[in-house]
Amino acid sequence: MSFSAEDKTRLDEIRSHYHDARAASVSVMRWVQRTNGYISDESLQDAAEYLGLPAADLEGLATFYNLLFRKPVGNHVIKVCDSVSCWMCGYERVRDRLRERLGIGFGETSEDREFTLLPVVCLGNCDNAPTLMVNDHLYDRVTPEGVDSILEAVRGHGGNRG
Amino acid sequence: MAEITPVLTRHIVEGNPPLDLAGYRAVGGYESLRVAVETMSPDEVREVVKESNLRGRGGAGFPTGVKWGFVPQGPDSPRPKYIIANGDEMEPGTFKDRLLIHGNPHQLIEAMIIAAWALQADVGYIFLRPEYEAGAHLLESAIEEAHAAGLLGDNVLESRWSFELHAHISAGRYICGEETALMNALEGRRPNPRSRPPYPAIAGLWGKPTIVQNIETLVCLPHIVANGAGWFRHLGLTEDSGTKLYCVSGMVEHPGNYELPIGVTLRELIYEHCGGMRDGRDFKAALPGGASTMFMSPDELDTPLDFTNLEKAGNRLGTAGVIVVDQDTSIVGMVLNLMHFFAQESCGWCTPCREGLPWIEDLLRDLVEGRGRKGDSRLLGHEMRMIGPNSFCALALGAEGPLLSALEKFPEEFEAYVTNVPDPTASIEAAPATVTEVGS
Repeated sequence: MSFSAEDKTRLDEIRSHYHDARAASVSVMRWVQRTNGYISDESLQDAAEYLGLPAADLEGLATFYNLLFRKPVGNHVIKVCDSVSCWMCGYERVRDRLRERLGIGFGETSEDREFTLLPVVCLGNCDNAPTLMVNDHLYDRVTPEGVDSILEAVRGHGGNRG
Repeated sequence: MAEITPVLTRHIVEGNPPLDLAGYRAVGGYESLRVAVETMSPDEVREVVKESNLRGRGGAGFPTGVKWGFVPQGPDSPRPKYIIANGDEMEPGTFKDRLLIHGNPHQLIEAMIIAAWALQADVGYIFLRPEYEAGAHLLESAIEEAHAAGLLGDNVLESRWSFELHAHISAGRYICGEETALMNALEGRRPNPRSRPPYPAIAGLWGKPTIVQNIETLVCLPHIVANGAGWFRHLGLTEDSGTKLYCVSGMVEHPGNYELPIGVTLRELIYEHCGGMRDGRDFKAALPGGASTMFMSPDELDTPLDFTNLEKAGNRLGTAGVIVVDQDTSIVGMVLNLMHFFAQESCGWCTPCREGLPWIEDLLRDLVEGRGRKGDSRLLGHEMRMIGPNSFCALALGAEGPLLSALEKFPEEFEAYVTNVPDPTASIEAAPATVTEVGS
């Protein structure tokens, strides 16, 4: 993949918010991920060339941040809050149901490539614990039964790109 | 019960879209900015903020006016100067800034411009965690509206001063909430904390004077300018100033955000505002200000939740993310969850934190999973006291709070997990001088 003229216009707009190219690194990689689902070796190289930075610098950032993905992810990324208030209010039951229903553990993607399951740090939704996020959508007071209906509702729909 | 008209959350209705520029103006929005820019000098704004005794709501509680006093002023001061809103809200148990960002973005923008005027800053960034992306988009629209109305950009309100404001969405790491790590993050560098001095107010973002403030701290500003320092000081029930967003989670009947006069007691917060303990359970403990604060026990229910009184009690108000624990929740299990968080979110820069916190986590997991040994409590306390003071930033010191206070206030819960495995640390007492003084 190489950036199209249209891509570059969008990237230039992102770049304009920052003092220099390096400062735009995370926003550029977030855009790449938004477009492709994850940051492939090739797109990391493209982003580095666009910014005029060593690819290793971007790699250092991509592997530092929790939510920049260097491996392909499923159509839906499920982020389960594993922090303290959710833990107290039933996180473990929700996690176990997700593992059981999807047949995968944290950091894994289902065989049909529909779902990736990740633990995530406190989502700032503690008054609605336990909570989880599917792509950009927040779910409140999730129960094990609720997990089933969430999976049913999102399977085959939309996704984490675009 | 302390009754109060909400100040910071007054125009926020959860579930409703936030006020647009016209709506915000209709309730008096941007009037404080006009008063500040048209009738007050930057010195005067800094002075009223200092007099108001506004203290940082992001965790450290540092007096805002004092911090602002370190920023070089005058025609020879370095430019550009930066103001940053810290919206990287990731302290477990904290969800107040989310409400302020999503609920009233124009209030935050007005606050940023007032702060920038006071500091004569040129550029501002609102730093947001990625899960608050919806809030970032609300802010971007509001910034556009403010630009079009001459409230941002060149010649703010037709003055000779210009200010640009941008929203930045991060990619998720707790350490980015530490102000020097945040500046590295904004520069596109690996977000490890920086050594201080130099302090950000002197040499921060790209080496220029920079002030980083928590979202809630900032949104107090329009109200202080509108109503005066004396008014703000009198809002508090104790010697501290203002209202406070207490975000209560855990085992209460009605968890949520409660904007109250600063200084309500833990008892009043739980039993009068949050409907008491969930299903009539018994109160066992609470962390008053997020994961990095110390456990409060039942005999501390009447402690006012403010900066001054909690400091006197050896604790901290932190973010006022009050996490309430009931009789049936295991303190050791909870501390294991917290230490897992700190170990995972260590940035890896310094050895005591990177290597020590996972060790603490392993010791706790051994306890919880039935491999606990006599002496583990002592070992946990001993190691934690070595890690905190010897690490580079405050992250591991934050981890110290819940662990050491749990060991002190709930020792029997740790002992209950101990099995008959022999104590491997029995020799520690024999040679105290070599091991206890390092971290003291």
